[in-house]
Amino acid sequence: MIHLSGVNKYFGDNHVLKDINLHVNAGEKVVIIGPSGSGKSTMIRCINQLEKPDSGEVVVDGINLTKSKGQLKKIRQEAAMVFQQFNLYPHKTVLENLTIAPILVQGKKRTEAEKTGLEFLERVGLKDKAYAYPTQLSGGQQQRVAIARALNMHPKIMLFDEPTSALDPEMIKEVLDVMVDLAHSGITMVCVTHEMGFAREVADHVIFMADGQILETGTPKAFFENPQNERTQQFLSKIL
Amino acid sequence: MDVNNPFAIYKWQALFDARDIFIDGLTTTLEVVIGALILSIILGIIFGVAGVFPNKIVKVINRVYVEFFQNTPLVIQVIFIYNALPHIHVMMPVLLIGIIGVGLYTGAYMAEAVRGAILSVPRGQVEAAVSQGFNYWQAMWYIVLPQSKKIMLPAMANQAINLVKNTSVLAMIAGGDLMYQADSWSGSNMYYGPAYVVTGACYWIICFALSKYIGKLEKEAEV
Repeated sequence: MIHLSGVNKYFGDNHVLKDINLHVNAGEKVVIIGPSGSGKSTMIRCINQLEKPDSGEVVVDGINLTKSKGQLKKIRQEAAMVFQQFNLYPHKTVLENLTIAPILVQGKKRTEAEKTGLEFLERVGLKDKAYAYPTQLSGGQQQRVAIARALNMHPKIMLFDEPTSALDPEMIKEVLDVMVDLAHSGITMVCVTHEMGFAREVADHVIFMADGQILETGTPKAFFENPQNERTQQFLSKIL
Repeated sequence: MDVNNPFAIYKWQALFDARDIFIDGLTTTLEVVIGALILSIILGIIFGVAGVFPNKIVKVINRVYVEFFQNTPLVIQVIFIYNALPHIHVMMPVLLIGIIGVGLYTGAYMAEAVRGAILSVPRGQVEAAVSQGFNYWQAMWYIVLPQSKKIMLPAMANQAINLVKNTSVLAMIAGGDLMYQADSWSGSNMYYGPAYVVTGACYWIICFALSKYIGKLEKEAEV
């Protein structure tokens, strides 16, 4: 479903992604962890081309994005992203946040987009907030709306870029609950997160990144209980 | 009758009798204001968006336009259009010169207002929009510009008010506007007092009405 091969990315002189190879099959849940500045976010943002790699190939759902740029719009509808800062549209109501892209980008009818939008709001437990504005919601509620907004594109892949890092501790759980529920639905998920409990519970693979490289990949059990790489061991000893 | 009193009653009487000249001038001024305002807003939006466009050449075009028109006097720009362009056979009625001259000049300031307001919208908004498949223009039109409105409007309002006052530059090229009529009427009879008081009051009324109207728009934009 997602294939990154030999991906390199520079910000000026800073080599932030070093020869990254990542393969995610359909339906797999992959959790990426690692220290700040290790390139986790940059890597996940290469999947929907919010960052353009300087070299290497990105293939999503059979489409080589480094070659056929015309297909980018299609892939961005299939790979929906949830951001650390929510990035809801503050001038739109919650329901409009969910429907604007399906209507404008996918050409759906308003009634249809609103119907599915309300269903997804119900799924994240916020149907009663459909006509509120984002600023009237708590951080946790905003992030759940952001997840519903992503789902209303009916994506094949969900990309989470540190979805709970900007939240107060008591709001993290409500967002993680939604994400766990989503993971059980069979969708392909790639999550950059610091939530180790979430990684243990839902991940098929856990990936450890540091200094722009993937240093270790494993099942949650192997990864947390028997890490091979020294950097992984150091990192886990600090946070667990 | 006190000839030395600039505000002597008979001078006001003379101005009242010549009111048609002033009404003519006011009409011309209003025509230039409306034309130049429309032109400057269109230029402001085009060049303001160009100023944040992810393409170096387009950004350079924005900078050249803004820096040129902001950093040379409006009077010289208008005199240039009036005196120099006819040499290359570009001749325009003086009303059009006013609209184009003042419009181009104010457009540069409008462009900076638009650019600044767009930059005030967090980057994540564009990222969220393009990550959903919006193209650049859709992201601008549906997501960024509506949010930048409440920052843009007050800045553009200031420029609109400057524009009204700047149309008085037409007096320099016999533009037939309010300022010109006041100059030429009072120059012939020396009744400067009433002429400039009334002219000043007219500009004040236009500007005040305009700022009230824009204030109303700002309130609507906040919702």
